[in-house]
Amino acid sequence: MTDNKKTWGVLAQFEDAPGLLRAAAGLHNAGYRRFECHSPFPIHGIEEATKEPRSRLGYIAAAMALIGGLSAISLMGWASAVDYPLVISGKPFFSYQAFVPITFALAVLFAAVGTLMGMIGLIRLRFQHPVFDSDRFRQFSDDGFFVSIQASDPNFDLERTQSLLASLGGNHIEVLTE
Amino acid sequence: MAIQPHNHESASLSEPPLIAGNPTFRSVTDKISRIVEDKTRLNWYLAIAFTGSLMLMMFGMIGWLVLRGIGIWGNNIPVGWGWDITNFVFWVGIGHAGTLISAILYLLRQKWRTSINRFSEAMTLFAIICAGLYPAIHVGRVWVLYWLVPVPNQMEVWPNFRSPLLWDAFAVGTYFACSVMFWYVGLIPDLATLRDRASTRMRKVLFGLFSLGWRGGHRQWKHHELAYLILAGISTPLVLSVHSIVSTDFATSILPGWHSTIFPPYFVAGAIFSGFAMVISLAIIARKVFGLEDYITLSHFDKMAKIMMVTGMMVGYAYVMEFFIAWYSGNTYEVYAFRFRALGDYAWAFWIMILCNVVVPQFLWFRKLRMTLPYLFVISILVNVGMWLERFVIIVASLSRDFLPSSWGYFKPTIFDIGTFVGSIGLFLTLFLLFLRFLPMVAMSEVKGALPQAKVSAHGALDSDEARK
Repeated sequence: MTDNKKTWGVLAQFEDAPGLLRAAAGLHNAGYRRFECHSPFPIHGIEEATKEPRSRLGYIAAAMALIGGLSAISLMGWASAVDYPLVISGKPFFSYQAFVPITFALAVLFAAVGTLMGMIGLIRLRFQHPVFDSDRFRQFSDDGFFVSIQASDPNFDLERTQSLLASLGGNHIEVLTE
Repeated sequence: MAIQPHNHESASLSEPPLIAGNPTFRSVTDKISRIVEDKTRLNWYLAIAFTGSLMLMMFGMIGWLVLRGIGIWGNNIPVGWGWDITNFVFWVGIGHAGTLISAILYLLRQKWRTSINRFSEAMTLFAIICAGLYPAIHVGRVWVLYWLVPVPNQMEVWPNFRSPLLWDAFAVGTYFACSVMFWYVGLIPDLATLRDRASTRMRKVLFGLFSLGWRGGHRQWKHHELAYLILAGISTPLVLSVHSIVSTDFATSILPGWHSTIFPPYFVAGAIFSGFAMVISLAIIARKVFGLEDYITLSHFDKMAKIMMVTGMMVGYAYVMEFFIAWYSGNTYEVYAFRFRALGDYAWAFWIMILCNVVVPQFLWFRKLRMTLPYLFVISILVNVGMWLERFVIIVASLSRDFLPSSWGYFKPTIFDIGTFVGSIGLFLTLFLLFLRFLPMVAMSEVKGALPQAKVSAHGALDSDEARK
């Protein structure tokens, strides 16, 4: 029943980290955009070679830090100066100096939660993915370097894409189905 | 071995390789994953049986404490804080080295941290767990612990946000949460490695779940690396802030011996000092047991010992400064408090502390001793003893003598004090043993990224000049 299965894309293995970087640059130059380079560790240079925009995670973390800090101040100010003011060692009800540690702690906590959640959102969590169907792909977390190209890329053509991958040094080229 | 100079023009000045024994990517994966995957060794069972018993003893004692109250400890009036808070400060201090290694050394691009950051971060987590236990149980009526948290309670009073004790609850809570998240983000690629190697269904499911469908794609790495960097960035001030806030528990009081502006930096230096001592003790054992000589090299110990020596001297400076300020202030009570500290009831603790924290680290000036592990092990244990005594001296000696002779007292630990402390060491080691057995203790993906063959130049060619460095 292979007819029912749609081609998802092509997977190719590369020799080493420099090989993967060359392949990324080659594919980008050939006009491909919807491809992913899989490696056991981050390879610096792929972002530049593929003109990948910077991650937006920093904005998420900063926004969350702001929310955390502001909610800490409002909580403490409201609780100690509005809802139930208590005179404690003659300090002002809204003693912002004393609020600094908790404001800082909650800003940090919110930023950390935002970073973790933001990252999980941005890395496109998928437990089932066509690349996992390949037996070879398992090596990516050990010492394998792979490129996967999606069939949805406008430049994708089963024959030409495979030969391009081969000319860039790709081995064990596989067609993946959805 | 690790410290051989290699054939390079500037051999005498060049750094030794981060990982010895010329590993390949695969050998790194194999070596570290095997520790998790191989059959459990008998020694591990024996070790965890021992530490687990200590832990259970502690839980039993805590149960008794909840039933009977704080009176089963040696705490009295005036010494309302005894071993409980001593242990709290001791454990929370130990955590700081892990965060320093994983966050500050990351920001400073100290690549040698890659092979020790995972387990020193684990140490941080477990130390904070042990630390958090004491404030929780020392309140006596543990069932009203939620009064610390700003939730509406039956008295309709909010917690006092102007009190350092409450800051402490937030600081330590945040510290633990951030450390867990930082640790977990670093673990994701390694959990994927274990998922891809998994042979049993349970491993596949569990590692698959926790590795979040990691595919190592370059866009995933992009977000992952930034997340790691941000978490390192926000954990960095925590190294300084958490123990500073702990020190304000003391410094904002009016008690002679506590009321001092030097406390925040003094406590932070002490925390890093004791934390590195603990990392060194654990690393020496783990390296030997799991044969990680190529990963945790003598050069790692050399560097850690240097940090330990520097922070130890900061602590020594603070000891001297406290005495100087007591004398220089001309305050009768302050002078008395420090005379009592050095010559009074707890002088034995004070002088052992000076010996362990000031004299013993001076041996680390010698490179030979920094790189001879049996000596280093003894030194690190002595530093831990000294740092525990430091907190004991600060807390108990200051409390036992305040302004009026009629309110003087003497603290003597009971069997429950001792048992609860020894049991917390058991808890710490039990958690550590579980970690060593079930999770990769060295960050594989980070180590691979630091190997020479991982380096690529801008043109995509292997930059052999860079690689050799």
